[in-house]
Amino acid sequence: MSPVVNNLLNVVLILLCVVFGAALLTWLERRLLGIWQDRYGPNRVGPFGTLQIVADMIKLLMKQDWVPPFADRLIFIVAPAFAMFVVVAAFAVIPMAPGVGVVDLNIGLLFFLAMTSLGVYAVMFGAYASDNKYAMLGGLRAAAQMVSYEVFMGLSLMGVVMLAGTFNLRELVLAQADGWFIGPQIVGFFIFFMAGIAESHRTPFDLPEAEHELTAGFHTEYSGMKFAMFFIGEYVSVLMSAAMITVLFFGGWLGPAWFPPLVWFLLKTMALVLLMILIRGSLPRPRYDQLMSFGWKFMLPLALVNLLITGALILI
Amino acid sequence: MKQKTGLGHYIYIVWDYFYSNIVTLVKVASHTFTKADTVEYPEQMPYLAPRFRGRIVLTRDPTGEERCVACNLCASACPTDCISLQKTEDESGRWSAEYFRINFSRCVFCGMCEEACPTYAIQLTQDFELAEYERQNMVYEKQHLLIDGPGKHPDYNFYELSGKAVSGRAKGAGTHEAEPVNLKSLLP
Repeated sequence: MSPVVNNLLNVVLILLCVVFGAALLTWLERRLLGIWQDRYGPNRVGPFGTLQIVADMIKLLMKQDWVPPFADRLIFIVAPAFAMFVVVAAFAVIPMAPGVGVVDLNIGLLFFLAMTSLGVYAVMFGAYASDNKYAMLGGLRAAAQMVSYEVFMGLSLMGVVMLAGTFNLRELVLAQADGWFIGPQIVGFFIFFMAGIAESHRTPFDLPEAEHELTAGFHTEYSGMKFAMFFIGEYVSVLMSAAMITVLFFGGWLGPAWFPPLVWFLLKTMALVLLMILIRGSLPRPRYDQLMSFGWKFMLPLALVNLLITGALILI
Repeated sequence: MKQKTGLGHYIYIVWDYFYSNIVTLVKVASHTFTKADTVEYPEQMPYLAPRFRGRIVLTRDPTGEERCVACNLCASACPTDCISLQKTEDESGRWSAEYFRINFSRCVFCGMCEEACPTYAIQLTQDFELAEYERQNMVYEKQHLLIDGPGKHPDYNFYELSGKAVSGRAKGAGTHEAEPVNLKSLLP
């Protein structure tokens, strides 16, 4: 197989798998939340309710694609596409197995951080263009939350980078051949995990879209496929956080030779996704000021201390 | 009281918060193994209480005659005014409803009509599956409401007990009923 064909195949397959996986995740999440709340969740359409995604898709496509007359039309339309684009683009650098992965950047980690930082623009665009007070409150919260969680998200990864001595994600995985970074970087893992949940704004950090206070936050005015883009974007970013944690802390595709590398990667990612869904199913949403003070007064110092200790240990 | 400060207390607070959250996570995760409370309705019928109030019916007395005497008490007891009826009288002297109409799209199934009914004619049943595609079909006429049996009070017969003379039974011929007093007689 020529490299061009190989690359194209990689791109198309990974894109399809990511989007389809995110769609499947909506079903999985509803089923799991159902199980944890002592009910069944969607179990009617197709085997175990898996065709629920198709039903939802049909419903969303059939809906009137309405742009409010008071909205800023261009930005209103661009925002959901942007939300989807950033997370899918960030997936490009994630190495899934040897030979599976879109690009092999030597600054892969920085690219990932850059893309997740851009994610806040999608939310802000959507909120601004909606010209709606709930959307504005959601947008304000999203901006403040994502900017503050961005800081220690980057800092928490620096420990891993110090240990491996590279920004290249493939080399980061290979550096974990004799021990996953979850051991020495348990604090970093914890901080990055929290930041990952906050970045994909899911419960308990779902203040931008807090249904109970802000109807739907920044996507209050969105309907049809535009809403679906935000929605799928959120799930892709869950997948992305989980995949990134797998790569950085759980040794990516490395594992005993019982399964092929790709299966190991998927299994680890899946386990982390399950943990995220469990957290969504159990923890309540904090108040907004509590969220900010948790970020700035606890997580940021913790990240700095972690960095300090890691650096000191490496020097010794 | 003096406010506790210091690193030790700070660490204690952090530990306390995280501990409670972890307990929550474990407890929620343990629900993976509990049985769901869902009743999968169309396949599995939910339990209905004996006094469940569902679709309204008009019953007949043990002799097979309509129990309803069209007294209008149900209609006046009805909080949503969904019952309408008209009295008529046949040649035997029995009263009955010329038409009897219940609009189930208004009905709230409160059971007031059943409580008001002096003849146990109107009764609420266990049936709640009343869905229709057209709203007009929610209006039930007398032939839709009447059932063949006596319903909840199988032995009750209003005309047997009421003391009203109808054809085939003179005054005083009913159950627990004394002969009418002969006003012209001098005997006690």
